[in-house]
Amino acid sequence: MALLEVRDLSVHFDTTDGTVTAVDKISFDLEAGETLGVVGESGSGKSQTVFAIMGLLAQNGNATGSVKLAGDEILNIPTSKLNKIRAEKIAMIFQDPMTCLNPFLRVSDQMAEVLTHHKGISKSEAVRQSVELLDAVRIPEAKKRITMYPHEFSGGMRQRVMIAMSLLCKPDILIADEPTTALDVTVQAQIMQLLDDLKKDFGMSIILITHDLGVIAGSCRETLVMYGGQQMEYGTTRGLFEMPTHPYTMGLLKAVPRLDIETERLATIPGSPPNMMNMPKGCPFSPRCEFADERCSTTRPTLDGVVGRKVRRRACLKSLEELV
Amino acid sequence: MTDKLAQPFQQAKTAEMAQGMLEQEVQGRSLWADARARFLSNKAAMVSVVALALIVLFSLFGQSLSQFDNETIDWDILGNVKEAGRPSIENGHFFGFDENGRDLYNRVVQGSRISLAVGIVGAVIAVLVGTLYGATAGFIGGRVDSIMMRLVDIFMSIPYMFVLILLLVVAGRSITMIFVGIGLTAWLDMSRIVRGQTLSIKNREFVEAAIAIGVPTWRIILRHIVPNLLGVVVVYATLLVPTMILTESFISFLGLGVQEPLTSWGALISEGVKSMNYGTLWHLGFPLFFFVVTIFCFFFIGDGLRDALDPKDR
Amino acid sequence: MNDQSPLLSVRDLKVWFDVKPQGAMPWTAADKLKAVDGVDFDLMPGETLGIVGESGCGKSTLARAIMRMVPSEAGTVLWLGNDLLTLSKRDMRVHRKEMQMIFQDPLASLNPRMTIGQIVSEPLKTHHPNLSPSEVKERVREVLDRVGILPNMINRYPHEFSGGQCQRIGIARALIVKPQLIICDEPVSALDVSIQAQVINLLMEIQEEMGLSLIFIAHDLSVVKHISTRVMVLYLGNVVEISEAAQLYRAPGHPYTQALISAVPIPDPKAHENKEVLILDADLPSPLDPPSGCVFRTRCPHAIAECAQSKPPLTERGNGQQVACFVL
Repeated sequence: MALLEVRDLSVHFDTTDGTVTAVDKISFDLEAGETLGVVGESGSGKSQTVFAIMGLLAQNGNATGSVKLAGDEILNIPTSKLNKIRAEKIAMIFQDPMTCLNPFLRVSDQMAEVLTHHKGISKSEAVRQSVELLDAVRIPEAKKRITMYPHEFSGGMRQRVMIAMSLLCKPDILIADEPTTALDVTVQAQIMQLLDDLKKDFGMSIILITHDLGVIAGSCRETLVMYGGQQMEYGTTRGLFEMPTHPYTMGLLKAVPRLDIETERLATIPGSPPNMMNMPKGCPFSPRCEFADERCSTTRPTLDGVVGRKVRRRACLKSLEELV
Repeated sequence: MTDKLAQPFQQAKTAEMAQGMLEQEVQGRSLWADARARFLSNKAAMVSVVALALIVLFSLFGQSLSQFDNETIDWDILGNVKEAGRPSIENGHFFGFDENGRDLYNRVVQGSRISLAVGIVGAVIAVLVGTLYGATAGFIGGRVDSIMMRLVDIFMSIPYMFVLILLLVVAGRSITMIFVGIGLTAWLDMSRIVRGQTLSIKNREFVEAAIAIGVPTWRIILRHIVPNLLGVVVVYATLLVPTMILTESFISFLGLGVQEPLTSWGALISEGVKSMNYGTLWHLGFPLFFFVVTIFCFFFIGDGLRDALDPKDR
Repeated sequence: MNDQSPLLSVRDLKVWFDVKPQGAMPWTAADKLKAVDGVDFDLMPGETLGIVGESGCGKSTLARAIMRMVPSEAGTVLWLGNDLLTLSKRDMRVHRKEMQMIFQDPLASLNPRMTIGQIVSEPLKTHHPNLSPSEVKERVREVLDRVGILPNMINRYPHEFSGGQCQRIGIARALIVKPQLIICDEPVSALDVSIQAQVINLLMEIQEEMGLSLIFIAHDLSVVKHISTRVMVLYLGNVVEISEAAQLYRAPGHPYTQALISAVPIPDPKAHENKEVLILDADLPSPLDPPSGCVFRTRCPHAIAECAQSKPPLTERGNGQQVACFVL
């Protein structure tokens, strides 16, 4: 049994213009100690997928399907139970750490509060443990800095504080939603390395959500490619990058300029990402796909193979031979 | 055979159609059009618009529905208003008589006219002066901004009701003095709001783009700043009208406002309250009804406009 | 290498901002934030100069200083022989049509209350006020067609377009006055990967067609390297290296450039296996109080005593590579 089993997870939003499907029947497994990369463009539903898992959907959103953490269903359970899971089992870090840090409280107070609330230990003990964690995320002079306010930290340091906070209760799973998008490359490199080390030290699983293929290539063993709220392709990162089998993955990999390779002209994917309000009936990628035919625009492909098997899975009506 | 012949023909036709489609310009939906659609679908606001329109029509043409005027005193009624001065459809005195034997219907029409005028003129002054003042201060910035806004701070620190009362006592009570007094103070808030908005719009990239293109400053203010400011200004102006009406009413209620034979809602309500113990409740009821309905209408319209124009959901 | 005279030649450009310290009285002197501190470079006609650096390195400020959108403290910006910084406002306006700018946030750089037609025609109406409306419309349709927007969309509003389309409209607005230089301030960093490639290709095509010069500012080194002829690396308002794009990747001269390049994640798992990332310790120093001498010395693994004493000048290293470092 996998640590986290997601089956047929869908997310719908009720808007004034009708119901919008942001995520459409996502299924995947996350093993203990594994890093899963979820890659996709804006509007691909990658963030809404994890928001649904965490029970953090907006008011007008509702999730269906099943999410099992170590065998227990956690989707749509009461908030009181969810709060316990959110703190102790699954933690989340965001693109902008300031959205999660209270600007009016010292870092020490915010971190200690989590511990005193969930573990019922004394304040001084909580602060001591917090300092330890700030050390673990390599914040220099942690003892002195813990009494500072969030805005007194630089962007990279703030993300470290955020990571330290998420580790307070030693979670089994860390969900990182675009953790380095707002950071500079040199800082990004620091944070990615830190996450990698922490994963080993704490024995966590990580779900890394990003739009940056380079970040995925550097730190995830398995990768899930999403587009228009659906899974397009799933497989080991290495295999996926070496031989993509879905037209979208293929196009995406060719569209990024690479530092190490000279290219005259970038290959492009024509058109723009689909509008949530007006999804194509068939494959969401079909209007932009060079291989698409009539069938693609009417029939929606599903991910082939069996959930949980660590083999390449793809959602495409075309056979491999046709994609040349 | 026929198919093959038809094909090039059809192709030519499709090409022509495609060309035609390209020539035809697609009409876009502006943010204003979006806002209008959202406003029109707001029921409370639409009901308020209709109600307000009726009140405005009443204040403009109400007199022609009645065979009486607002000045003639009916000496027969005087002294016996409670018994003989009740509202009645038959004798044409729809709202009855006031304490002095005048037709209350026409008095209310006259009061509505003045109250609405005070509200609207006050708001217009506030919008014009406040917008220009605030936009100038905000866009030019620096020392000019500091001086202009400190001036506003100083004006705001003077209790304006006190100034207004002083003005009316010293310069004599008249409708002009009320306009002057209200106009003097109403634009202050407006200028602050507009300045704040201007500051944030000034830093938006499209203004930067206009500067980079080399668009002259006045054109930037008129084409880029002001249109993006109007939403806030319109909402605030709508909410300002009832405030102005309330201020005038309060002044009139204190007995410092418009003078006989002129009247306003505030003055009428004030009289109505005085004669309440004599049991002539309609003296209070009719002006109060118009007053309350109008204020509510403006608030609902303001709310509707704010929801419709709110830039946050963009 | 190139015997043409440069289109744009920037010498010792300094842009300082006044920053009042916290709790300052109105009369206390403001601190100087040295956003750009002595930048020199030349731009040849038809060339693309990439400017990279991390946030706060002054790359956007540099662009705005060249366009005279922020006041400069010192230096010269020679544009076809005229110093833009000393021109009168009116003379500057004449030159504005020769250089245009593209912005980072595609939607925010278009006025939401104006139609696409109005937005794109604005530069034309500003610089050629006596064109007839039909001529203006003709030019607008032409340029929209070139950037891949259907010309019949001119009555639509920006919010009806996607991010990539808005950026195309921004490019059309820059192109309509047929400029000689376009300064692109992070033009693709707000776009999705698949759209990013479209916009980069469009810019490269247009540059070739019209013989434009580009200044391409971005924090993404891969994109900059792809589009640029030469690349300039900025750190805390100082140029640390200028080099041919390919050379910069093959043989980065400055320790900062080396760290920057090693930190760029490459979308290829195999490349990551035998790659060593040079992790820079410590944080970026405050630009209000930059280190003495070489600004990078506080984070530099090779720093020596000399680095603290004086600022290393940009020196030629052959192959058109200029590096500001005492050690390497």
